[in-house]
Amino acid sequence: MARREQVVRHSAISSASSDSLSRDFEPLSAQRLLVIGGIALITVGMIFGDIFAAFILHPNADRISGLLMAVTRAVAAHNSRNVQLEFDSIGALLENRGTKVDAHAHIIDFGYLALLLALVQPWVCFNDKTKQRLAQIFLIGGVLLPVGVVLIHYVGLTYSPLSTIGWASIVADFGGLLVILACAAELGGILRYLRRVQPVEPNLFPDDRSWSSRALLSGGTLLILAGFVYGAYYAGVHLYSLEARDSQLLRQMMTQASAGDSSSANQAVNDYGALQAEVAVSIAAHAHVIEFGLTAMLLALIQPYVFLSERWRRRWTVVLLAGSVILPVFVRMELRWGLLAGGIADFGGLLVILALLGMLAGVLRYTRKQDAAEVRP
Amino acid sequence: MIGSRKLLILSGLVLAIFGMAYGLHYAIFIEHQTLDRMGGSLGQAFVHAAERNLPQANSSLDDYAQTRLNYVRQVDAHSHWIGLAMLLLVLGLLFDRVGFSEKRRILLASSLTLGCVLFPFGVTVETLDRGKVPQAIAVVGSALIIASLAAVAVGFWHARESRQP
Repeated sequence: MARREQVVRHSAISSASSDSLSRDFEPLSAQRLLVIGGIALITVGMIFGDIFAAFILHPNADRISGLLMAVTRAVAAHNSRNVQLEFDSIGALLENRGTKVDAHAHIIDFGYLALLLALVQPWVCFNDKTKQRLAQIFLIGGVLLPVGVVLIHYVGLTYSPLSTIGWASIVADFGGLLVILACAAELGGILRYLRRVQPVEPNLFPDDRSWSSRALLSGGTLLILAGFVYGAYYAGVHLYSLEARDSQLLRQMMTQASAGDSSSANQAVNDYGALQAEVAVSIAAHAHVIEFGLTAMLLALIQPYVFLSERWRRRWTVVLLAGSVILPVFVRMELRWGLLAGGIADFGGLLVILALLGMLAGVLRYTRKQDAAEVRP
Repeated sequence: MIGSRKLLILSGLVLAIFGMAYGLHYAIFIEHQTLDRMGGSLGQAFVHAAERNLPQANSSLDDYAQTRLNYVRQVDAHSHWIGLAMLLLVLGLLFDRVGFSEKRRILLASSLTLGCVLFPFGVTVETLDRGKVPQAIAVVGSALIIASLAAVAVGFWHARESRQP
């Protein structure tokens, strides 16, 4: 009986007191689920973002500009019914764009959170089964939310019991709720760990001083710092003036069209399109450079799980950091260089995706190696 | 667990949960209505313009601009709260590699946490008050984050140098 209690007690705090890397990376353990799930979510989110940028974003922006031109013509012709119809079409295009951007951002953010939760698992003071369930709940929520968000545009309010929220939104919100509950439970597990006196501090991850780990850590910190500095510059110098210009151009479009001055109204539509592009590339550059910095730092921490030769780990590190610089820089250049810069930016995104796939393959090799070692007598 | 690490990881998780709960509440109770209002007021502005009712058109456009600004700020606050929470968590995991005394690390961790709370808070308050105070809160928050992050980068470098034989 005493031995059984000891085993149960040991099981409850097993991960918290374990300092073995392989112990926490057992088959179907929370840590393994979260590391593999996290990298997979980030990779899928980036592939989705690249496809969206290449095939939907630009044609969508052109269509919105075309519809705004049609609006100004309808205003000049006193045709209020057509104005409303064109705005309905613009609304649908904006919803299509907005839900895709939301899904892209949320998949990647959930990937980051999954990796972070994987790394703090040794501090989460629950038994292995509970930790595994929490990881599964988190990943289910992390998939449901972006899938639901993408479907919002296609499902709309069909069969919805509510007047403003459709089934796809309900699924997305339920996914968000699962993620919140899983995170709250993980926080509870850490607080439980902190309340107990631990004889030995568990190692969260080995103190990896390899070249790839150091390069990812330093590169990631620099990227995040660059992103913050750029964000502060954008907010301080451009944000308020661009917002004021947004309303000013819409007013100009409206009054010129109403006065029958179609060439000035068209010019206002073109200026408005250029303004939207300027805002979009600035925000995209700011968000991507910080996200890639976080990716690099998180990948630095999981390098011990990437079972590749140091040569290949270096290659993937260089590819990832190169892509992390190329994408935001050339996204920002799109205003001057147009599609050429857009193509180079997409290539940067592709480099990041390839590096992530390379490292994911390394993690999968690590799990195979470990499983084989466990099977061996 | 050392104090600075504990502070960063716990505040990171609390901030992430708060940011997600804020986002969920916003998505269920505010976002759809806000988007409908935004689209409706912009459409109405141009409909009034087509009817040659410019005072009403301008009023609808003002309503659109106000709603849009609030929407952008609320989404910004949500995304920044979660993004900054993840930064706190990452740094929390790595904080034992910052080559400063624990006293300095606590100071840095506190300053980072304060900045990560203040910046999105200032952005949110901008929806209620268009004065300089919310902007100042956001500026102080972002300055604290940038300065602390630069100090952390120096700390990483210092730790590497101090480990050299």
